[in-house]
Amino acid sequence: MNFGLTEEQQILSNVARRFLEERAPMSTVRDVMESPDAFDDKLWSAMAELGWLGLIVDEEYGGVGLGFVDLAVLLEETGRGLLPAPLISTSLAAAAISDFGSDEQKKRYLTSLADGSAIGTLALLEDSDVLGRDGVALTGVKEGGGYRLTGAKRFVHDVGVATLFIVPFRAGSDIVFGVVQSSTEGVGSRSHRTMDETKRMGDLTLDNVLVAEDDVLAGAADGARALVRLLDLAAVAVTAEMIGAMDRAREITTQYAKDRIQFGAPIGKYQGVKHPLAEMYVDVETSRSLLYYAAWCVQEKPEALPLAAARAKAYASEAFTRIGTDGVQLHGAIGFTAEYDIQLYLKRSKWALPAFGDAEFHYERVASLGGY
Amino acid sequence: MDFKLTSDEAAFRDEVRAFAKENLSPEARKSPGFLANWLKAVREKRWVGFSWPEEYGGGGGGIMEQVILKEEMAKAGAPPLGLCLMGLQWVGPAIIEYGTEEQKKSFLPDILDSKYQWCTGYSEPGFGSDLASLQCKAVRDGDEYVINGQKIWTSIASWSKWMILLTRTDFDTEDRHDGITCLLVEMDSPGIEVRPIKNMAGGSLFAEVFFENVRVPVENLLGDEGKGWAVTVSALAHERSGISEVAGLVKQLADVVELAKSTTHNGRKASEQPSIRRRLARADAIIEGMRLNGQRFLTKQLKGEPLSSETSINKLHRAFLAIELGDLALEILGNASQYLGGAEISGVDANLWPNGVLDWPTVVIGGGTPNIQRNIIAERILGLPKD
Repeated sequence: MNFGLTEEQQILSNVARRFLEERAPMSTVRDVMESPDAFDDKLWSAMAELGWLGLIVDEEYGGVGLGFVDLAVLLEETGRGLLPAPLISTSLAAAAISDFGSDEQKKRYLTSLADGSAIGTLALLEDSDVLGRDGVALTGVKEGGGYRLTGAKRFVHDVGVATLFIVPFRAGSDIVFGVVQSSTEGVGSRSHRTMDETKRMGDLTLDNVLVAEDDVLAGAADGARALVRLLDLAAVAVTAEMIGAMDRAREITTQYAKDRIQFGAPIGKYQGVKHPLAEMYVDVETSRSLLYYAAWCVQEKPEALPLAAARAKAYASEAFTRIGTDGVQLHGAIGFTAEYDIQLYLKRSKWALPAFGDAEFHYERVASLGGY
Repeated sequence: MDFKLTSDEAAFRDEVRAFAKENLSPEARKSPGFLANWLKAVREKRWVGFSWPEEYGGGGGGIMEQVILKEEMAKAGAPPLGLCLMGLQWVGPAIIEYGTEEQKKSFLPDILDSKYQWCTGYSEPGFGSDLASLQCKAVRDGDEYVINGQKIWTSIASWSKWMILLTRTDFDTEDRHDGITCLLVEMDSPGIEVRPIKNMAGGSLFAEVFFENVRVPVENLLGDEGKGWAVTVSALAHERSGISEVAGLVKQLADVVELAKSTTHNGRKASEQPSIRRRLARADAIIEGMRLNGQRFLTKQLKGEPLSSETSINKLHRAFLAIELGDLALEILGNASQYLGGAEISGVDANLWPNGVLDWPTVVIGGGTPNIQRNIIAERILGLPKD
């Protein structure tokens, strides 16, 4: 039993923090988030060089070959720094292809995802905004060994920069996963600015798009189960970024409480201020414990992953919501200004809540999986 | 990161499971000497005081095995591994850490053999949460200390033979944490008066204890004179780690889930109502969070780092759950929750809740209130100024 980071994971974490402090400090984050796609080419290339984009991709396909715990360590840091980059999206697309793709598909897609020349994302949701099998209405029309798709996916993260989409659709009573490229005829996208200015999402439109036979992820024979697996991986990844951001929001607010003098003393002296900060600490550390167990389950105990991921995302969603609000509130009026960073963390908490299932969704999963 | 047990650990777990299966069979439980037999059997295994040094009758076991032992026993619904609860939880560990050779030889085996109870004389009428300001006075007189003062909220004082007592021997220190002295006091000493206090749940678990010229031999000094605060801090830390509480909480949640499944509430099955499902699921996530927090603390201990204030995290969760699970059960039961004589609902032991739900202050207030835990986290971990 060892609930701690390995030496390599500690190094990964330290390197990531140093890189982000040097290359993507908050001034850079604010510049990048103003750009149309909240995306910076040079930053992306640097991340590719560090091996981040193929962190969980096998070495034979150009990746680093690490696991989900390592990815969680990295995402904690990118979350902490509010790094605007489609790292979660591209990692999840790579995970989908790694889990369900053929050797040939892995060769074809993973190498370009790992070197950053392609950017992947999951396109799971539609108009209903329902996660899972019931939310998939898009229907494939059989053509040879492949399918034709007409319809739209909604709330697709990083839709404007992504070049490769993992698209579940119905084929008879099955759910089938297709890999759709942005360059394919009939594929369109519409990116929206979101409340969290560092993130983008939007619609993927499909107009009689051909998913050829060799673009179907045949390894996902049980499509509904594959969908659950992807949802769990996504929940773990988003939760990892949330925890980094929560922890940083707690730090910023704690520092402010030490510096800000009112009634002749730092406001952190007063229990009305220090107790919510203590609660933030409890929430962050408990979220972190739940997260790392879930991340460990991804590879080591897959049968326990759904419950572990649901607990982590549900708990962290409620916790981050409180921390975002309390963080701004404890700052007083200055927390409401655009200039102060704490407001960006509040916005991140709003973005993260519905991402891959909100607290309600995941608590209901906990209840169902627990048999009540 | 690795949540698996080593093969040695797994073997130990299997040994505990097999022992529990054999000694906790339905037939064994029905036998008249069940509890006595149980205590004898676990004592022979040296599973009482599992981590204590072998020379004083303990098991000399490792931290990880201790956790496995506690978890497995809780899962098996086993009786306690000894009846001297405070002795096992913090008096014994404090004596091991600070006691003289004579104290260790004289007290530790008795605790392990469940010979008598210990109580804890910490809180005073004017100094509860602000424990370090305590005023109960001890004055050295030859080979004895003479004690005058009062303690309150002293659990099981009425049926304890010994007390671990915090006194003040120096009233003129810069830091109020100095000048506190820890003494081991026999409860039948002349000059001690115990007055039980009735609590809101109807019991009289705690009491006031009065000291009038009570004489305690100096050999019953625990640790150094004036350095008694360190004894408390270490002793309370044992209580706060919380890892052994998780299995009990899992059982308690399972009981509420069963109650929800078998009870109609506002015209619908309680377990089908989204708001109730969410509260149950939230409790489940928090309990799992406590288990995993406990494993993180454990990892720290296994690396030889001492545990300190972070254990307040689980103490806060524990406090929340103590109130939440009881309140949820009452809400599910509706008006029937108010019948102390029996809720008369088929299929469930609904009496459990009306009769047990008011006991939460034992775990919520005892060992430091939630607001004290928040102060500990804010000041010792986050470095915020003391108020």
